[in-house]
Amino acid sequence: MLTSENKIMIHEPDFFRECGACKRVIGYPEAIREALQLAMQNDRRVFIMGQGVDDPYGMFGATKDLHREFGRERVFDTPLSEGALTGISVGAALAGMRPVYFHNRPDFLLLAMDQLVNHAAKWSYMFGGAVHVPMVVWACIGRGWGSAAQHSQALQGLFMHIPGLKLLMPSTCHDAKGLMLAAIDDENPVLIIDHRLNFNTTGLVPSGPYTVPIGRGIVRRPGRDVTVVAVSHLVTDAFHAAQDVSSQGIEAEIIDPRTLRPLDEELILASVAKTGRLIIADCGWKTGGVTAEIGALVAEKGFAYLKAPIMRLASPDLPTPAAGNLEEAFYVGRNDIRKAMIEIVR
Amino acid sequence: MTYPKKVLHKLLFDMMLIRRVQLAIESRYMDNEMKTPVHLCIGQEAVAAGVCAHLKKNDYISSNHRGHGHYLAKGGNLKALIAELYGRETGCSKGRGGSMHLVDTGAGHYGSSSIVGGGIPIGTGIGMAIKMQRQKRVSTVFFGDGAADEGVLYESINFAVLKKLPVIFILENNQYSVCSHISARQTGNSIFHALPAKMLPSKIVDGNDALAVYDASGKAVERARTGKGPSFIECRTYRIRGHAGCASQDVSGYRTAEEISQWGKRCPITSFQKMLLKKKMITENEIHKTEKKINSRIQDAFDYARQAAPPAPETLSANLFRE
Ligand SMILES: Cc1ncc(C[n+]2csc(CCOP(=O)(O)OP(=O)(O)O)c2C)c(N)n1
Ligand SMILES: [Mg+2]
Repeated sequence: MLTSENKIMIHEPDFFRECGACKRVIGYPEAIREALQLAMQNDRRVFIMGQGVDDPYGMFGATKDLHREFGRERVFDTPLSEGALTGISVGAALAGMRPVYFHNRPDFLLLAMDQLVNHAAKWSYMFGGAVHVPMVVWACIGRGWGSAAQHSQALQGLFMHIPGLKLLMPSTCHDAKGLMLAAIDDENPVLIIDHRLNFNTTGLVPSGPYTVPIGRGIVRRPGRDVTVVAVSHLVTDAFHAAQDVSSQGIEAEIIDPRTLRPLDEELILASVAKTGRLIIADCGWKTGGVTAEIGALVAEKGFAYLKAPIMRLASPDLPTPAAGNLEEAFYVGRNDIRKAMIEIVR
Repeated sequence: MTYPKKVLHKLLFDMMLIRRVQLAIESRYMDNEMKTPVHLCIGQEAVAAGVCAHLKKNDYISSNHRGHGHYLAKGGNLKALIAELYGRETGCSKGRGGSMHLVDTGAGHYGSSSIVGGGIPIGTGIGMAIKMQRQKRVSTVFFGDGAADEGVLYESINFAVLKKLPVIFILENNQYSVCSHISARQTGNSIFHALPAKMLPSKIVDGNDALAVYDASGKAVERARTGKGPSFIECRTYRIRGHAGCASQDVSGYRTAEEISQWGKRCPITSFQKMLLKKKMITENEIHKTEKKINSRIQDAFDYARQAAPPAPETLSANLFRE
């Protein structure tokens, strides 16, 4: 399938998706766009802002041309001012609106940390529930073509640390739509961290509105030998790796947590109870990150199930290099997951 | 300019209430029952009172760590304020916020930030919501000279001007950020006074003169309410007490006793009372009665707060999220 950018799209693997008999195939950006369109049609309070949301790129297609349908008061470009604009979203949410604030890179969220962490995440608790902040912040991890150290950071570990923020990382077209709708429905600040590689896929997406529950992960592929918890685009890599090793008699169970906070602990623990082995694959850094947290969870609550040490696959603790060959050495993917699967069952 | 008696009495009442509440907190602070860092606004009462006199109940304010005055002038509940200082479940923030984090949505107060400058974009965003919802409300943002050091002020004003938001920026310049004088941090008048008036009308007023604050903010509120956009008012005032805590905890060495006493002579309440008496807009007896009324309300609030229950430990994790 070709998109407007004439890019070649890859159909996502045939993993478990929760979309019933649906046969409708659309691209990942269109799935998000459809969620936004439905949300804005159904709720006057919803609006979209961010740098370039109304430009010809339309946030990799996710917001493309929505301003034509809903007008520039509801879909608008912003000054760069990421710090203030995040606070402005908080204020708008307090006063009855439902902002969806788009950033094309998580790196830029670092300029918004004060409002995200000190304000949005605190407002409900700090005022005893008198106020709340229903807002969505979205950012897309960059990768490849020399994106380098300041345009490719996968900062989910940083945000997973913060009580008061919900953190979603979709991996399928179906979930990109359903989680966006769930995030907009939610009464609290929700951060969606997406990944540029997801945008190259097509998948099955029902046309109507539906939500994917926040806090509920999903088994993408059942297996008895090893549990692989993979995040974002690595779910696809893990799935392929599982197919690769299946011929060697290794059956891996692939878990897509979908939401990192709240995390579906039960799903992960139940799977490890069955397989006795755990690999965690994340596109962020290792130290103090998602793999560390999930590893600690299983060490704490599922130690007795383990037949082998937990294995963590994550980016090395380094800034992302620019040169193509170094980039390749930097990122973990299908091959690393496959090797880990073989090693852990040995 | 003549002012209705009602307005003058309201200004006086609010300033007296704010002052008396601050003094009452101070007098009990060393009992160590209010375990919260208080930032008293003694000497700055005219700013909150003068601005809020124009605001309706459903107008919004955005406030900061030194926020008791803003809260009270906007009509925030006194008992809930004192209970919050005592860390009670019946406090305005259920004992989760403390002195720096006050809220009273019924009075248009959606929570104050103790991150200096943090409330500025939030108040601006409230202004955007007002505009998007085609309401006639306004959003007033109170912040200090220290907050004016922060870049988020530039970003917020740029956006408010760009989108013509109904926001009134009130810079409460008491010349200090903790012990740091403004001259160590800024080079002169705020840059925002330099914008063309049709973009951002701005004014510097004597922040210890309730009527000067009232006049300037009246125009700003009117401008915001009629959809003409934001305004910027700098109120020059002075913090008589130390940065935080009560008088007996104040440190010396960063400002002269002479400076404090000079500003002490410019008490916004004493001068206002004198002026009203001279113009026969009030009598000594009326002032006395007001004072008695305020004192008894404060006494009630402290009695209420002290005997109120603290939050139950089982509720520790309540309200992290709205369901
Ligand atoms: C971002 C940030 N930096 C520093 C502090 C520490 N701090 C607390 S209050 C304060 C003084 C702020 O001065 P100003 O804004 O003028 O308000 P004032 O205390 O004078 O009312 C400082 C520096 C803080 N709370 N937040
Ligand atoms: Mg100050």
